[in-house]
Amino acid sequence: MNYNKITIPLISLLIFCLFWEWIVWFNGWPNYKMASPSDLWPAFWKFRWLFLSYGWDTLWRTVIGLSLSIVVGLGFGVIMGFSKTMRIALYPLLVGFNAIPKATVVPVIALMFVGFHDMNTILIVILISFFPIAVSISIGLSTLEPEYKDILLSLGATKFEIFYKIALPKTLPEFFGALKVSATLAFIGTNLMEIIEPHGKGLGHLFDSGKISADYPLMFAVLIALALLGIFLYYIVVMFESIFAGWAERN
Amino acid sequence: MHIELRNVSHEFTLEAGSLPVLKDLSFSVPKGRFTAIVGPSGCGKSTITRLVSGLLKSKKGEVLISKEVVKSPRSTVGMAFQNPVLLEWRNILDNVILPLEIVSKNISRETKIKRARELLNLVGLAEFEKSKPSELSGGMKQRASLCRSLVHKPEVLILDEPFGALDAFTREDLWQTMLTLKKQESFTCILITHDLREAIFLADQVLVLSGRPASLQFQLDVKLGDDRKLDDLYTNETTKSLAILRKQIEIAQKSMM
Repeated sequence: MNYNKITIPLISLLIFCLFWEWIVWFNGWPNYKMASPSDLWPAFWKFRWLFLSYGWDTLWRTVIGLSLSIVVGLGFGVIMGFSKTMRIALYPLLVGFNAIPKATVVPVIALMFVGFHDMNTILIVILISFFPIAVSISIGLSTLEPEYKDILLSLGATKFEIFYKIALPKTLPEFFGALKVSATLAFIGTNLMEIIEPHGKGLGHLFDSGKISADYPLMFAVLIALALLGIFLYYIVVMFESIFAGWAERN
Repeated sequence: MHIELRNVSHEFTLEAGSLPVLKDLSFSVPKGRFTAIVGPSGCGKSTITRLVSGLLKSKKGEVLISKEVVKSPRSTVGMAFQNPVLLEWRNILDNVILPLEIVSKNISRETKIKRARELLNLVGLAEFEKSKPSELSGGMKQRASLCRSLVHKPEVLILDEPFGALDAFTREDLWQTMLTLKKQESFTCILITHDLREAIFLADQVLVLSGRPASLQFQLDVKLGDDRKLDDLYTNETTKSLAILRKQIEIAQKSMM
């Protein structure tokens, strides 16, 4: 079981790389048009220390931003889940806010807090990734079957007891579903800030350097590095999911 | 505990106006007795369970439990529904313990476990205390739900069609489990049901409600005694009682049209 969970994805990854290598070779594309996997290794090796330190910059800011977006999302979700009035009042605002392309918000934030690069990046991550969490929590809480509340309410339980004994754990599977979406969105947030408002940090900055010096293999290598970080964070979320909401998985 | 409803009327406020569900309903359940309530679908039976449990306040009239007016939920009530609503992330033992975590916060976990095991033994779920609800059959889930409704030794037990979704054989099994529980535990019980045989097999008295807005239409006292067997359902006397109830339900249904 576990063996398959690791080997099957690795095999699919290998097949993907082989196909990629083949299609570049078959079309005879030069590496400024499309780099192939074999071009990437030299790029990774040449800039290995930059990849490590910039990768770390990107990762920690993404993780902090994502953690804070859980707090924000949970806050909005709980308010909207328990109060119909607040749900009606807040939904249009949140949807409208979410519909604004975040690339346009980046310069605004950067101008608002000039110099606070880490904070700006984290702020964009929060803005881009709290929405799915807020929506899932609010739906989870507002669709709780009345009988679940009744078994505790009929004993004189407080609202808080109902929340943490029943409503919250019951919403966890939906929450983790949303968190998986948010985890990948969060990297978009970090890189938007790093690419649009470069400040000498993060993989986005390395991508930008590659663009300026027309180093196409480097640009592709950054993309792959970002994909790997995304996969890494995604599986961290999956790990937490199996610990806290594993009961929802049926065999 | 003696349960009494005195001239209770209730209505729901809908956008289209008000919908009267109970009208001048009076009945009483003596302490330690088992009362089944039958009536046409949608006649307001579930509203009665919510009034007695204190989840709902009646618009007119009073609900009394041991001569005290019910104003809000009380820890001396246990409830079970057609949907067993077990918490999927807890095992069966911890599901049964749940009410004790609300009502008896001060007693030790060992004492809680001991009490829960006592009930699980009675209903034949002792081996399944570590199982998750998703691993159990519908009948077993309902047994666990019954244990949960009784774990805090409630004086009043309210059952809202707990066997309604089970197949006929499982249902008969559960009836017998219910009789076992009735013998071992002391509670006054109100059972809402659509099954007339179930009503006669389990209850000391069967109340037939009229169509909406419901009031008491008919009352039948069951004379089966305390030691009941499934065979008792096939005697001439039971058949007569069933026929009488059947007739009353027909009258109630007509009053709704």
